Amino acid sequence: MNRAQRGAAGSRGLGTMEVKSKFGAEFRRFSLERSKPGKFEEFYGLLQHVHKIPNVDVLVGYTDIHGDLLPINNDDNYHKAVSTANPLLRIFIQRKEDADYSAFGTDTMTRKKNVLSNVLRPDNHKKKPHIVISMPQDFRPVSSIIDVDILPETHRRVRLYKYGTDKPLGFYIRDGSSVRVTPHGLEKVPGIFISRLVPGGLAQSTGLLAVNDEVLEVNGIEVSGKSLDQVTDMMIANSRNLIITVRPANQRNNVVRNSRTSGSSGQSTESSLPSSTPNILGSLLQGEEESDEEDIIIEDSGEPQQIPKATPASESIESLSQIELLHESTQNGFLPSSEMNLNHSTGSISMEYEVPEPGRKSLEEDGTIITL
Amino acid sequence: MRRFLRPGHDPVRERLKRDLFQFNKTVEHGFPHQPSALGYSPFLRLMAIGTRSGAIKLYGAPGVEFMGLHEENNTVMQIHFIPDQCQLVTLLDDNSLHLWSLKQHGGTSELREEHRFTLKGPPGSPPSATQVTAVLPHSSREVLYLGTESGNIFVVELPSFRVLEDRTITPEAVLQRIPEDNCNRRSCELVEALREHPKNPDHILIGYSRGLIVLWDLQNNKATHYFLGSQQLENLYWQKDGSKFISCHYDGSYSQWPVSSDNRQSEPLENTVPYGPFPCKAISKIYWQTTKNGLPYIIFQGGMPRASYGDRHSISVIHGSQQTAFDFTSRVIDFFIIFSSDPAADFDDPSALVVLAEEELVVIDLKSAGWPAVHPPYLASLHCSAITCSHHVSNIPLKLWERIISAGSKQNIHYSTMPWPIDGGTNIAPDPPQRDLLLTGHEDGTVRFWDASGVCLHLLYKLSTVRVFLTDADPNDNMNTLGEDEWPPLRKVGTFDPYSDDPRLGIQKIYLCKYSGYLAVAGTAGQVLVMELNDEDAEHVVDHAEADLLQDQEGYRWKGHEKLKTRDGPVRFEAGFQPFVLVQCQPPAVVTSLALHSEWKLVAFGTSHGFGLFDHQQKRLVFVKCTLHPSDQLALEGPLSRVKSLKKSLRQSFRRIRRSRVSSRKRRGGGGNASEVQEANAKFDQDVLQEMELAPVQRKIEARSAEDSFTGFVRTLYFADTFLRDSSRHCPSLWAGTNGGTVYAFCLRVPPAERRMDEPVRAEQAKEIQLMHRAPVVGILVLDGRSTPLPEPLEVAHDLSKSPDMQGSHQLLVVSEEQFKVFTLPKVSSKLKLKLTALEGCRVRKVTVANFGSCKTDDYSENDLAVLTNLGDIQIISLPFLKLQIRYPCIRKEDVSGIASCVFTKYGQGFYLISPSEFERFSLSTKWLVEPRCIVDMPEVTSNNHVHKSGTQNAARKSRGPGNSPGDCGEDERKSVRLMEHALLNDEKVLKEIQSTLEGGRGSYAEKNSSRSPLGHRLSNGGAD
Repeated sequence: MNRAQRGAAGSRGLGTMEVKSKFGAEFRRFSLERSKPGKFEEFYGLLQHVHKIPNVDVLVGYTDIHGDLLPINNDDNYHKAVSTANPLLRIFIQRKEDADYSAFGTDTMTRKKNVLSNVLRPDNHKKKPHIVISMPQDFRPVSSIIDVDILPETHRRVRLYKYGTDKPLGFYIRDGSSVRVTPHGLEKVPGIFISRLVPGGLAQSTGLLAVNDEVLEVNGIEVSGKSLDQVTDMMIANSRNLIITVRPANQRNNVVRNSRTSGSSGQSTESSLPSSTPNILGSLLQGEEESDEEDIIIEDSGEPQQIPKATPASESIESLSQIELLHESTQNGFLPSSEMNLNHSTGSISMEYEVPEPGRKSLEEDGTIITL
Repeated sequence: MRRFLRPGHDPVRERLKRDLFQFNKTVEHGFPHQPSALGYSPFLRLMAIGTRSGAIKLYGAPGVEFMGLHEENNTVMQIHFIPDQCQLVTLLDDNSLHLWSLKQHGGTSELREEHRFTLKGPPGSPPSATQVTAVLPHSSREVLYLGTESGNIFVVELPSFRVLEDRTITPEAVLQRIPEDNCNRRSCELVEALREHPKNPDHILIGYSRGLIVLWDLQNNKATHYFLGSQQLENLYWQKDGSKFISCHYDGSYSQWPVSSDNRQSEPLENTVPYGPFPCKAISKIYWQTTKNGLPYIIFQGGMPRASYGDRHSISVIHGSQQTAFDFTSRVIDFFIIFSSDPAADFDDPSALVVLAEEELVVIDLKSAGWPAVHPPYLASLHCSAITCSHHVSNIPLKLWERIISAGSKQNIHYSTMPWPIDGGTNIAPDPPQRDLLLTGHEDGTVRFWDASGVCLHLLYKLSTVRVFLTDADPNDNMNTLGEDEWPPLRKVGTFDPYSDDPRLGIQKIYLCKYSGYLAVAGTAGQVLVMELNDEDAEHVVDHAEADLLQDQEGYRWKGHEKLKTRDGPVRFEAGFQPFVLVQCQPPAVVTSLALHSEWKLVAFGTSHGFGLFDHQQKRLVFVKCTLHPSDQLALEGPLSRVKSLKKSLRQSFRRIRRSRVSSRKRRGGGGNASEVQEANAKFDQDVLQEMELAPVQRKIEARSAEDSFTGFVRTLYFADTFLRDSSRHCPSLWAGTNGGTVYAFCLRVPPAERRMDEPVRAEQAKEIQLMHRAPVVGILVLDGRSTPLPEPLEVAHDLSKSPDMQGSHQLLVVSEEQFKVFTLPKVSSKLKLKLTALEGCRVRKVTVANFGSCKTDDYSENDLAVLTNLGDIQIISLPFLKLQIRYPCIRKEDVSGIASCVFTKYGQGFYLISPSEFERFSLSTKWLVEPRCIVDMPEVTSNNHVHKSGTQNAARKSRGPGNSPGDCGEDERKSVRLMEHALLNDEKVLKEIQSTLEGGRGSYAEKNSSRSPLGHRLSNGGAD
């Protein structure tokens, strides 16, 4: 029976799907009916069964087509995993007690080497304690509303996380005019507005930005007095970690400051930010950004590496203030640092070297193949 | 906490910054854009040019320049100097009159607007009643006569512009004395010309448009004579003795009229249609100048046969049997004749014809046989072929300077030797501190060498690369050769020629090594020429090589232009820079970057496909590197040919529209009207805003990815002798930066001099840096152990620079459009960075290292980065700590071509195009300032004012005493330059050695050199007398 099943998997019948599951150093291969994947509970049981860990609480993850390690913990994402797997579904299982939440997210597979080195050098790892807010480990953050407590209620500061994925930021801006209250009465002043959201783009999928929202700041810097081209350049230059403060066209969904329980106030509820001016915030954000953007050097046509910092400047930044640390840690806690996937894209730019693709790498790995 | 400290709070540094940096726009070089009026004062010997944007510029002796701007920014229609005064009156197209004066202030003369005035008619009268058509400044200097469209001639008092109503000459008064059967009220409509009698200031000649000419007695307020022309009148001119005058007409004829005391109405003595008998175009202006030998000079504009030559812009000169119709390259705006200014002289004795055409100034020597053109010392038409690139070289060694001048003088033999005839005013600016060259590359494949040391941008030498290639145009096709019997006797004059035979010839990049005289020039069709200076004509074969930048890339097809065909066999080159190596890139895309190392004898070039290195000593290609991203189809197929060129042409046409719209508010005046400019800007912004609301412009916000187009475009190339591989051994290296934010570093092995020809130069890729922000890399620089930028090749050998510190660790500075980053070497780790775009939204367009000296202490100077952003701001950023020092707004951000054309010098000056034909010169330094400083003295009205004038000039020169700080500064600089020259001469042996090795057996330079040395002494001491 087992043999027959395995044969079916090998022949890649339309209805079946190969599954490769890894727990610790052990691999198991089996196949599933693609059309009838069943429930997550059953799948969980199946995994416990094939790995012979019936009473161990585990976290289940899979790699999606972008090479991201994403969790499977309910029927929905289980079905998603099954439907997107092509040609095989790769499953990673971790013990719940020593689970590395930071492993989940984007580019986790390309970053694997780093994860390893983190494990090898635990002191390095400890520097970035992750902070658990609700259940971030189960999701990949794509955006957040920040600084609710220091902004006027009519404004919204949105942070977009651009991953190395193909998903575009996906919005357009335009010139326009808005009405301001000045000492001389109402005055029409030029402003920058969001003019279009690309369907399926990051900006649209967040639901936090909308057409005709007025852009007030980009990464803490006011845009008033700046031209459309200038603001465009600023946004593109900050596209890795874009924080835009808008005045939403629709003011009805504003966060009410008193009700802090509202989940969307997110990170800022915990921050003890004094009433800092946007400028200081700007410099903070800048500093923060610096840590996640590193250039790559290839020496003598060898392997690409991140360019290290020559001075211990980054340490001093980290110890600067509580606030910044908080920001940084939230980011590093469950946000994959996005630079590594750029190895990936650099690889395609230069014909000199080859970056191992995540898929191929894991295929090379030798695991015990068991049959069911 | 360091990062919270705002830059510039250190008071010591703040003080030092004030001593180092200062922003000034100093002078506009070249030819005024869209000139619209011309004036000349024989008394001051100054020429004035007005433009359509309301600027007025005065020129005298070389270095004497003034500029003024009418606040209205309206077209200047007419310019009239007040006789025997330092004053002039301008008429604008809004019918306003402006009085300008040259006044002395702080040792120099300044041009200032004194009064403005608009003629107002009685209430209810039509605007034509007061529309000024003719202006006559009376020799009494007290009144102006203003002829109008209504036929009234108003008299206004100077300088108050008060209308003297009782002296108005009305058509009614004029017609009183004229029989009614000859004319009616309509005969006196529109005053076309007003001329004062040369001998009797109480008589003025009034010419009405319909042909009636009246001689008016101002004392008795009556017409003494009237003359009835049958044709529509264009202009009038008195003969010197006042016995006759000339009228010229719309039908291309001119008539001579006698003015005798007895008869009151007369027939013309002579009525001629010079280019008849077929219908001719109007003669719009005429001069009749007497000479000693009795034969007059008749000089007139227009009058060509309408059908066959109606499109020519001509001025004809007739002198006895000699007749030439000078054929100008563009519309003639106006002209004047320089003749004996001595009122006591019996004859006019014209010496020069000065013609202002739309695109150039042409001066014809009327004294010399054949009437040759005079080479103007200023007002050069920079755009005679469109400028495609510029390159500035500071502090040219005297020898190279002389050799370039001598090569240039051989090209200028057809010019007249007449001294420049417009020689009013005195240049009191200190002599330029050093010899600077500005090289401009042009669309027609030429490179022009300009003397950019001083106020006058002067053409020294013109180099053409066309001879190397086979083009469609026959080089022997000479437009000037016309047969003997040709009628009309047209002769082409002027150099303006905007039509390029072959756009592929266009020059894109220039690099001149001032020590060796090697010049590298690269063009539109991927051609790279290496040249050296030869003082003799020579005929030789140009070595030819091809660099396939695509290497193994398969399956791509170049759809752009073909490469240029080369001439087989030896080619004859005139004395000057002669090409000896030609490298053609394949595909033949535009060369986007170029670097030359004269010591290693290597030239590096890059296109949108990759870059290559060529050994011009062994004439061998060392390597090529393809920088293309496989998905970048656009670059592969000839980007600039199709998609881009369409985009570009669209952009250019928009730019043209925009320029015509904004040119009227382009100029800023002497400084007084800044607030108005702001207002105008605000208004402009509002207009723009309104336009935008009608059609919203959208901008896409998207992160740059590796797949974006033109990532492989090589933006910058740089040679450095530095620690690339390990910290113990330094080696020659080549650095390249691309549009996609990649930096490639190649380690080079250049054989020692004695085996240079035997062993090949080797190259090996050592490093590749990918900037994560992926912005185009626009500059690469290596700083030595003292954080000083590495010197230029051969600079140390000439003792002009300290040798770089090879002990301490070197640093690499990479400038992208968005960030400045400093990395350590040889192990690349990031040390410092300055983000520009993320914080300010502006991008780096141009960047150079500039040396700034303190104006307070002679011994302090420092190197900083001078940066021009896409917003037109100039920023100075310190080295090596990358701190913003100061920021100046310089170019309007809409002026894309101005920003693209900007070049910085090594000593904190710069140039950018404010129009296709004009460079604005600016200075960032307190120490190096080239600006016009000149003085115009009022010569006393004597019969021999010339003698007197030179006397006051001397006085002025002496009066420039101490306490005049800029002058002092100049003195110091001059001293230091003299010292430097001295050093150079001392090092002649070294120099000769280097030269002889570089010359490599071509001619014996040392001999020529020694024969020329007396000239060198004269030049070097020029500032000391």
